[in-house]
Amino acid sequence: MEFELSEEQRLLEASLRRLLADRYGFDRRKAHARTPEGWSREVWRAFAELGVLALPFAEEEGGLGGSAVETMLVAQALGEALVLEPWLATVVLGGGFLRHGASAELRAAIVPRLAAGEVLLAFAHTERGATADPADVVTTARREDGGWRLNGRKTLVLHGDVADHLVVTARVTGAPGEERGLAAFLVPATASGLARRTLRTNDGRRAAEIVLDDVAVADDCVLGEPGEAFPLIERVVQEAIAALAAEAVGVMTLAHRLTIDYLKTRRQFGRPIGSFQVLQHRATDMLIAIEEARSMAIWAAMSLDEPDAAERRRALSAVKALIGRRGRFVAEMAVQLHGGIGLTMDYAVGHCMARLLAIDALFGNAAHHLARLADGGGLIRAA
Amino acid sequence: MDLRLSEEERRFREEVCAFIDAALDPATRARMESGRLPTKEQWVAWHRTLAARGWSVPDWPKEAGGPGWDPVRRYLFREALQAAPAPQPQQFGTQMVGPVLIAFGTEAQKRRFLPRIVTLEDWWCQGFSEPEAGSDLASLRTTARLEGEHWIVTGQKTWTTLAHWADWMFALVRTDPSAAKPQEGIGFLLIDMRSPGITVRPILTIDGEHEVNEVFLDEVRVPAENMVGDPRRGWDCAKFLLSHERAGQARVGIAKERIRRLKRIAAETRSPRGRLIDDPSFRDRLAAIEVEVKALEITCLRVVAAEATRAGDRAPDPASSLLKIRGSEILQAIATLTLEAAGEGALAAPEAEPDRPSNEVPSVPDWAAMSAPLWMNWRKFSIYGGTNEIQRNIMAKAFLGL
Repeated sequence: MEFELSEEQRLLEASLRRLLADRYGFDRRKAHARTPEGWSREVWRAFAELGVLALPFAEEEGGLGGSAVETMLVAQALGEALVLEPWLATVVLGGGFLRHGASAELRAAIVPRLAAGEVLLAFAHTERGATADPADVVTTARREDGGWRLNGRKTLVLHGDVADHLVVTARVTGAPGEERGLAAFLVPATASGLARRTLRTNDGRRAAEIVLDDVAVADDCVLGEPGEAFPLIERVVQEAIAALAAEAVGVMTLAHRLTIDYLKTRRQFGRPIGSFQVLQHRATDMLIAIEEARSMAIWAAMSLDEPDAAERRRALSAVKALIGRRGRFVAEMAVQLHGGIGLTMDYAVGHCMARLLAIDALFGNAAHHLARLADGGGLIRAA
Repeated sequence: MDLRLSEEERRFREEVCAFIDAALDPATRARMESGRLPTKEQWVAWHRTLAARGWSVPDWPKEAGGPGWDPVRRYLFREALQAAPAPQPQQFGTQMVGPVLIAFGTEAQKRRFLPRIVTLEDWWCQGFSEPEAGSDLASLRTTARLEGEHWIVTGQKTWTTLAHWADWMFALVRTDPSAAKPQEGIGFLLIDMRSPGITVRPILTIDGEHEVNEVFLDEVRVPAENMVGDPRRGWDCAKFLLSHERAGQARVGIAKERIRRLKRIAAETRSPRGRLIDDPSFRDRLAAIEVEVKALEITCLRVVAAEATRAGDRAPDPASSLLKIRGSEILQAIATLTLEAAGEGALAAPEAEPDRPSNEVPSVPDWAAMSAPLWMNWRKFSIYGGTNEIQRNIMAKAFLGL
């Protein structure tokens, strides 16, 4: 058993944190958020130069061969700066499909450009009225002329407004909810028959509604095995959950730090409000929640290597359930201890709250994953 | 970073589990499983079984008679006992006064007391709390004045767990009433419970148990050699003791054992929605607790791993407060779920022994009859050893600088 970071991991974390401290103060972030895309290309290039975008890809493909632990460190640092850039969509989700499902040719064509910050990806999966079950897909893929035709409608596609390529999930056979019959495709955003409309999310980011009207996709853009793509989809979603868990820890850490600073400086009744025991105890409960979340983020990263699919599924559901609940708790407390200022656009704590709610909502909220975990028999065997 | 146990750690755990399985008396196990305290005879017998194997003082270094385990092995050992479930080595000697003597005691004190803790020749109890000194422990008033070669001790201790079984008490006593701060002028004194002037009076708790006592000390003569360390610096010993064995505070093994048991119970218990185990509301609540147990377990392992890298550091670790708070809250939540599972069965008072149906009414199983007493008894987890509110004060000061 070993919790220490390696020297390389520590260096990576330190250099990313330095970059964010220099270039991602809250005022800068506000300026990025006001742009039409809602984030900064310049910062994105800086991420590329630092190797953040290349990190999880294999070295022979232009990556840095980072593990789930490196991804965890990056996500946590990005969370602590409330970073708006499309790292989850491009590197974790899109990149995940490339790493686990793309042909060598496709990887060679995209990974180096993605690592250089020249290509953005998005995961076009969620559909209106669908549950968070990754197999709940209605969009169809039809075999035609040695290729595929996609028809359907996707929504809440994170950063789908700017993505150059979309990972689209679709059903070859079977009914929504069935694990058999799913497929995934890498589709250029410029493909004929693909229309997109920008949506705003409650955490100040952009997403897209995507309409696929008989979009033609060639065989060389197939990800995984058509009809058998469920394990691939589930795998990438699990990696995203692990990354979100770490990001949530970062956001919670920021919310807590701001709260402690506020308790020490804000004066009422002639004394710092942090001298009041009831507020001290709430701040302590926030800290406990964050440490629990941190433990689960670590467990998530470690569980991605778990070979037993059912075991892995239970673990990631447990992680997402705890992260969602503790994230909401920390957000509530941070705002409560700040009072009204915590609810304003001008102050970071409210943005922490919005992001923590978004993290809970993504890929199944706490209630969803708790129900799934309970139906799967929980974490502890009866006998 | 790697959460998996090493090959040697896995083998160690298997060895411990196999030993417990073979050596634990079934009656003791049944009593533990039922939620009852083991009898003194069961506890002593089990402690000596562990001692014979060299495992009764898992936290002690080799030179003091312990196995010299690292924090990971100590954690695995405790968890295996909790999972069995088997009694822990008697904690007042092995986890409290023993480590204090190892850190602060004279050679003569170590030679005299430590071997008898290893084999539980001496049952120790803790004389800390007083009627007017609970959370504010430093306000304690039991006095010790030096007369020649003896300390003369007068005062009252309370909430003294299992004092009626004890041969010895380690007590905090005020040696210098004129000290500038309440924490100064307190001594850590070892008192023979057979000394004239000691009266032990039971306190019956609402679950019907006799676990705690009042201890009255009236001009009790204690040899001066029984003072541990500086007679004015006993508070250092107390602080050291209260934060010792940090990961043990979490009781993760007990939580897991109770959840396994509750699942077996729920499979045989009816609810308005069919079997209780199939009731979605019950299942979701249980799953939520299981998630929290996992978060606590990983946090524990992080503390254990950090402990390994700061060996020899005597400073209290505020992380133990976190583990105690969450550990107690989780066990109380499990007790609540079990109480609800019992339904009307929670009305029946349990028999003294686990193998008889409660009140001779066979329709109320023992677990159901025990559910209310246990629920009530387990409130103690958030009270003793520093209430959860005191733990939050400690954390606010140590971690948050508030």
